[in-house]
Order: sequence, then structure tokens, then C-alpha cells
Amino acid sequence: MRMYNVYIYILVMAVVTYIIRALPLTLIRKEIKDKRIRAFLYYVPFATLSAMTFPAILTATANIYSAVAGFAVALILAFYRRGLLTVAIGACAAVFIVELLPL
Amino acid sequence: MTSKSGNFLHGLKNGIPICLGYLAVSFAFGIQAVQSGLTVFQATLLSLTNVTSAGQFAGLGIISAGGSLIEMAGVQFVINLRYMLMSAALSQKLRPSEKTLHRLAIAFGVTDEIFAVSVSRPETLSPYFSYGCIFISVLGWAGGTFLGAFSGEILPQRLISALGVALYGMFIAIIIPPARENRKVLSVVLSAMIMACIFRYAPILKEVSSGFRIIIVTIVVAGAAAVIFPIEEAAENANV
Repeated sequence: MRMYNVYIYILVMAVVTYIIRALPLTLIRKEIKDKRIRAFLYYVPFATLSAMTFPAILTATANIYSAVAGFAVALILAFYRRGLLTVAIGACAAVFIVELLPL
Repeated sequence: MTSKSGNFLHGLKNGIPICLGYLAVSFAFGIQAVQSGLTVFQATLLSLTNVTSAGQFAGLGIISAGGSLIEMAGVQFVINLRYMLMSAALSQKLRPSEKTLHRLAIAFGVTDEIFAVSVSRPETLSPYFSYGCIFISVLGWAGGTFLGAFSGEILPQRLISALGVALYGMFIAIIIPPARENRKVLSVVLSAMIMACIFRYAPILKEVSSGFRIIIVTIVVAGAAAVIFPIEEAAENANV
């Protein structure tokens, strides 16, 4: 059961995200010197993307075997520094192939 | 090329690879958006107004779970907090006298990929270069979402299942290369994954919604890392 109209959610998302992007560009005209803030902001994307990816990826496909295969292929391709597109397609291909197997 | 149109065309050209990458990933997003109960129009509008992969992805979960607006705002704030660093870095690339209107327009297109292209330019950043890059990238992002949302229902289930990992694949492609070279980043990645697992499966903790789980893990792990591993300025590169 949805609590709010979808458009309200979209509006909140767009406004919050835009404010984050716009404030520093318009207000900060000097370099951020505080090393703790710089370090924190530097680590944020890694912590966020990691927490979003695992363990959620394990339940993103039809079964756990294909999910593990997709995860493994993505890790390997990323380790060898393939681009975003290659890694994403490689993971999808691995899932697709494993799901064709009679497990 | 210093003219406005020259800079715009240059930005367009630099944005082509971003556009192609976005097409594939946003296609998967469009499929998932429709599966989460959004219409094709809502999904496309969401991509057009947000232009953020991780944020939109987490947002879908909150929408389909009927989460509160506070939770939504908090999740978007924390997940997209990295754009603050990028926005701050980009402000250093502009002429100090650059008009506020240009700054506000450039801000719309601060994403991981567009930032990486913009900040790696040797010279001062022209707003028109940014506009070219943003235009074609957003076209790919919103267009791919539309196509995915529109065609998702006629695609075979097998293909949809396979595309379900596309966004995760992109996230992995962003976090693994730096983690490979930097042990501090690697420990952040591993700690966040372990902590997310604990929150997902441990009693009581598993009651925490997925959005707040991401907020808590991010603040705790990135905060601890900032205290334990203060980084040298040289360690920050554009490919965040």
C-alpha cells in the first residue's frame, strides 16, 4: 500500500538531489581545507555503493546461482578495469547463461 | 575551440561514451521502475529530473515499500552526498567570476561520469562544454529509461532477470578498480558489505528498512574511515 503519490516521491528526490549538487557550485568559491570532511566525502560513494550492491545482488535475479555468477563476472571484469558498460553487460550475460543451464 | 558552439560540440563528443553507457544501465532501470509499479511516464520523468543511478535505484525500493518522505529525503541526501564533493571540485574548475546562472545549470548534470570527464579537462571549464556533455548524457539516461520501461513488459522473463544485475555491475565497476589500488578504499568496501549483510540478516537489525540501512552503513563506515584513514590530497582522484 503506497502512502504517497509517486509524483511526490519524484519531487522530493529531484529537489534533494539538486540542492546537493547546486549548493557547493554556487556557494563554495574556495577550496575545502578540512581534511576530515574531504576524507569523509571521498569514502562516501564506496561505502554507499558497496552497501547497495551486497548482499542485495544475491536476490536480484531468478535464482542464487545466476546471481553469484553475475556477481563473480562483474568482480573479475572490474578487477581488470573494464568500463562500466562492459562490466554491466558481462554480469547480465553471465546471469542469462547460467539461467539457461538445467540446474 | 573557444567559441560557445565549439565548446558545446566538444562537450557533446565527450559525452557520447557516457550516453551509450547510460542507455544500457537506464534501460535496466526502466524495467525495474515499471516492475516497482511506476508508469512509463513516471519512470522517464524520474530519470529526467534526477539523473542519478544509485539514488534512483534506492528510491524505487522506497516507493514500492511505501516508505516515508523523510526516509526518501534522507536516503537521497546520503547516497548523493558524493555529488557535493564533485560539485565543490567543479567549482574550482570554473572561472571565479562565472555567473551564478551557469553554475546552477551545470549543477544539474553533476554525475560520477560527467564529473570525471569535466574535471579531467586541463583548462578552465566552459559552461558550454558542460551543457553539451550533460545534454547527450541525460538524453541517453532518460531515453534508455523510457525504452526499458516501455519494452520491459514484452521482454522475456529470462532477459529481465539478466538485466537485473546491470546496475549492480555498474556499481562494481565504479568501486573495484580504486579498491584494487587503495587498501583504505578496499577496507571501506569490505566493511560496508559486511555491515550491510549484518543489517540484512541479523535479528532485530533486519527490521531496519533498506533505505535507512544504506544511510547507517554509509555514515558509520565512511565516518570511521575518515577518522582512521585521513587521506592525502593526492589520493583523491577524479574517478570517484
